[in-house]
Amino acid sequence: MPDVSIQDEAYNYAYLDEQTKRMIRRAILKAVAVPGYQVPFGGREMPLPYGWGTGGIQVTAAIIGRDDTLKVIDQGADDTTNAVSIRRFFAKVADVATTTRTEDATIIQTRHRVPETPLSEGQILVFQVPIPEPLRMLEPRETETRTLHALSEYGVMQVSLYESIARHGRIAKTYNYPVLVNGRYIMSPSPIPKFDNPKLDRNPALQLYGAGREKRIYAVPPYTPVKSLDFDDHPFEIETWKESCSLCGSSESFLDEMIVDDSGKRLFLCSDTDWCQDRQEKQRVDAAK
Amino acid sequence: MTDTPLLLVRDVTKRFGGRIACCDVSFDLWPGEVLGIVGESGSGKTTLLNCLAGRMTPDGGSVAYDSASSGLVDVHPLSEARRRLLTRTEWGFVNQDAREGLRMGVSAGANIGERLMAIGARHYGEIRQTATDWLGRVEIELDRLDDRPTAFSGGMRQRLQIARNLVSQPRLVFMDEPTGGLDVSVQARILDLLRGLVANLNLSAVLVTHDLGVARLLTHRLMVMQGGRVVEAGLTDQVLDDPQHAYTQMLVASILPV
Repeated sequence: MPDVSIQDEAYNYAYLDEQTKRMIRRAILKAVAVPGYQVPFGGREMPLPYGWGTGGIQVTAAIIGRDDTLKVIDQGADDTTNAVSIRRFFAKVADVATTTRTEDATIIQTRHRVPETPLSEGQILVFQVPIPEPLRMLEPRETETRTLHALSEYGVMQVSLYESIARHGRIAKTYNYPVLVNGRYIMSPSPIPKFDNPKLDRNPALQLYGAGREKRIYAVPPYTPVKSLDFDDHPFEIETWKESCSLCGSSESFLDEMIVDDSGKRLFLCSDTDWCQDRQEKQRVDAAK
Repeated sequence: MTDTPLLLVRDVTKRFGGRIACCDVSFDLWPGEVLGIVGESGSGKTTLLNCLAGRMTPDGGSVAYDSASSGLVDVHPLSEARRRLLTRTEWGFVNQDAREGLRMGVSAGANIGERLMAIGARHYGEIRQTATDWLGRVEIELDRLDDRPTAFSGGMRQRLQIARNLVSQPRLVFMDEPTGGLDVSVQARILDLLRGLVANLNLSAVLVTHDLGVARLLTHRLMVMQGGRVVEAGLTDQVLDDPQHAYTQMLVASILPV
């Protein structure tokens, strides 16, 4: 529950005023009730630019309480500018504990990744979404895309996948890969790599998606089926790597490729820094034994 | 021939403010029949067609369609969901400007396949095979399957639009000046193609045109419109060879002799 006892501070608890938080919570409840449906909400100006996570930050502000433990990741990493500043923001305005450990967090705000560590019931994953409308690039008119969603006329989405196979020989979309939620709404999973799409399916954690610029909130409740779109003869596949992480040796996580010197030497690393450090820690303990 | 018409049109009226676009139009369209609507620009042909195809709501009158799935249905009181389903399964609509009827940003194959995917086809190979098949039927070279319509000539675009509409095997096709703006040799090929397709697939069609030559070639019956009203209707040859109404006589007389 929100704490309204702090009267002497310059800002209300968790930055947003209570009315705004109520409005966002109502949008969230509706979004949870209709999985995958984009609920409009009155997005507020936030103290960071659009595209830096204004949607996610508003959702987090509306659901956070003093007992929560917050983790913020950007491209899987806990130590990038955006992650650090959003984490510090909430530590300051919401007086919450922060963590980098996935299993300790109650709320995880994320941009571009789903943590490798499996989530559990009671955890909430908050996504920052730049373009909530999966049909946007195919149908520019908002009135028309809403009609298409309302009538589940999703032929045009399949057309874009067909076109990708015709042009590239396979479905070339690697991030923001469209999914069908609960057999009803097609949803943009935000720009996560398609590697993470299977993690959305029947996940025990609640997934909330906030788009600040376009002022939309949508959600995937726990254990909701999420299916990545594909063709019968071109099934959905995730990325694979021949290499493994050069720090922890993981071959089952999403790897970033880094060029480390002028002669083009490459290094592959886990994009999820917490997962990578955790594994390195365990390996050190095992070695010590 | 069955004993129920495919389309029953009764007293369709559409006004734009005080201006009457079409007034009290009634006719029956039978399975396998091609009906032509002719008249000069501004006579209400296209408005009437849009009302028939459910793209516009008429101010008065009714349009009933004998659907394969659920029998006779009133088109306009239908829910939007059902009407849209009808228009992309049992109906087709060929626009005068192919750009309006095509997705210019995706390949010819995707254009043809869209209706199939919209009604649930999820096998890439099969969709592609059907698209190739239809490309052949509308006489476009098969190696153009992956080209975008932007790279097509006007005539090819029009043929692609026809293929895109016919792929779901509709029973009724609305055509708005399908050969307008094309040169005569291309027109002739498209007319030839349409005539063959209509005969082979036992299509019914409502064709709007201002070109009496097109009407003569394609249509069985003809309605002549002037100022939003039907001034004469009958078998095409009868109307064109022995026009009764003064306006029809004028229309027939204004065909340029070659």
